[in-house]
Amino acid sequence: MTAAVEVRRKPRKNVVLSLVAILLSIVVFLVPFAFILLTAVKSRQEASQLDFSWPTQFQFVQNFVDVVQARDYMLIIAFINSTILTVASVSIMVVLAAMVAFVLQRRRTRWTGFVNFLVLSGLIIPPAVVPTIWVLQKLGLFRTMPGLILVEVAFGLSFCILLFRAFIATIPRELDEAAIIDGAGPMRLFFRVVLPLLKSVIITCVVVQSVTVFNDFVNPLYFLPGDQNATVQLTLYNFSSAYSTQYNLLFMDILLITIPPLIMFLFFNKRIVAGMTAGAIKG
Amino acid sequence: MAGLAPAAGRKRSPYPSWFYLPAAIVYAVLFLVPTVTSFYFSLTRWSIFDSQFIGFDNYVTFFREPALVSGLWHTVVYAVITSGLKVVLGLGLAVLLTSQIIGRGYLRSVVFFPVLVSTIGVGLTFTILLDPEEGLINESLSLIGIQGPGWLTDPSFALFSVALVDVWKGVGLATLIYIAGIVSIPQEYFEAARVDGATAWQNFRSIVLPLARPATFTVILLSLIGGLRSFDLIWAMTRGGPGFTSDVIASVIYKQYQAGFYGLSTAGNVVLFLLVTAIIFPLSRYLNKKEVDL
Repeated sequence: MTAAVEVRRKPRKNVVLSLVAILLSIVVFLVPFAFILLTAVKSRQEASQLDFSWPTQFQFVQNFVDVVQARDYMLIIAFINSTILTVASVSIMVVLAAMVAFVLQRRRTRWTGFVNFLVLSGLIIPPAVVPTIWVLQKLGLFRTMPGLILVEVAFGLSFCILLFRAFIATIPRELDEAAIIDGAGPMRLFFRVVLPLLKSVIITCVVVQSVTVFNDFVNPLYFLPGDQNATVQLTLYNFSSAYSTQYNLLFMDILLITIPPLIMFLFFNKRIVAGMTAGAIKG
Repeated sequence: MAGLAPAAGRKRSPYPSWFYLPAAIVYAVLFLVPTVTSFYFSLTRWSIFDSQFIGFDNYVTFFREPALVSGLWHTVVYAVITSGLKVVLGLGLAVLLTSQIIGRGYLRSVVFFPVLVSTIGVGLTFTILLDPEEGLINESLSLIGIQGPGWLTDPSFALFSVALVDVWKGVGLATLIYIAGIVSIPQEYFEAARVDGATAWQNFRSIVLPLARPATFTVILLSLIGGLRSFDLIWAMTRGGPGFTSDVIASVIYKQYQAGFYGLSTAGNVVLFLLVTAIIFPLSRYLNKKEVDL
């Protein structure tokens, strides 16, 4: 991405500015994370002082076990719940959104404008909370995992549709026509020809939405209340009131919950960047 | 080509409308229906199971209660502060991170990473860092002789402090969008400017700023949309306190819901809906129009 820029310019680097920037980045961005890490491995007394200091004794294993065992292994249950929620809702979201984006981009009808309007509305309009609970209640899905999964799908569709539509526009129509001449029906055309071509944008979409759903706090709070169903964000929130004196455990929890996004970041940095800046070039 | 002709298309389009159907059902049932019915339910006294029409009483309550009205005001302040700071800092960081600088990859990563971290986790961490007596931030300030305020406990600071943490967490996304915008500016402009002997400031003023305008619009719109409906960070850090000084509409909605006032909570939702549409739709139309002029 930056290679072209570098070749043309003189490679003289501004050393002073670089040092200031790096120093500031450490203070502003790294210290809070270091604080989480250090507090998570301290003993209870030491953690309660809230100092930014090197632990006198490391209790990583002890704190880890304590957090995991707290409240009958609630964190394990929460991680399972969050995994189910993320995997299910993101898979459904991606397939449904790709189908919509495909037809939306390929075929212009008098509905196209209306569908585009709905897609944008989904990005902008804040969901009406209690009426959603009312609908879920009527369907018998309130306080159930399938209910929450469908809610996440409904709220996430718009972003995925926009991402897919932009990408499908770059796939030549001739490909569709060739497949149709070879006798492929709509299903074969979409699932066997088009969908495989979307691989890179699907990865982007999956990664970005997984992080979003995994970090989501508001929707589980409203639509899936109750300890047995807690997702990781909810346990974190509950821990903060239950363990207000055991900061080492609280920060161990924060640390554990930061690991999945960190892994995503390390492996899919480029994909995430691509997805999140997709709107920048074309508003 | 023949396959696209209307006569043949009637037989069987390769792009069937029923592809919309599964997504449309989920979206309609769980997003459109609640949004539309919220207008009716906001006019009722409501217990989920039965509702009783009471006209505009909920709105009257909402706008009579100073704590709720201030929530409306705080929402706007919060959204404007966060999106303004994200534009300024995001642009500044993006210019820095596209310039010749040591450790550019590291800096980009470190600025962006907080975007991916759990909002609740960030909120709880900063609540402790901002603790008035023992918190790291005030302890560091006292080392250089500054007595830091009670960031989250002083009513005049609370909303502002949460907004700053929001910027800390979200500025990476703004930076990223600006970097994408700046990188897409053709190099010829900078070369022509160099031939003319332009200074760095002139480069920024006359090339980067106008040509990164689409990025600016994206950042403004995204951060306003996010800021207006912001809930989790505020809830994790202050729960709307002290008093009601950092309450926003989204936290009012939750509090009324918890208290069992479903009609009032839904009225709050409608107010938020109107606020967002009144700000975002005209703004995005205006910004899009300017983009065409460019």
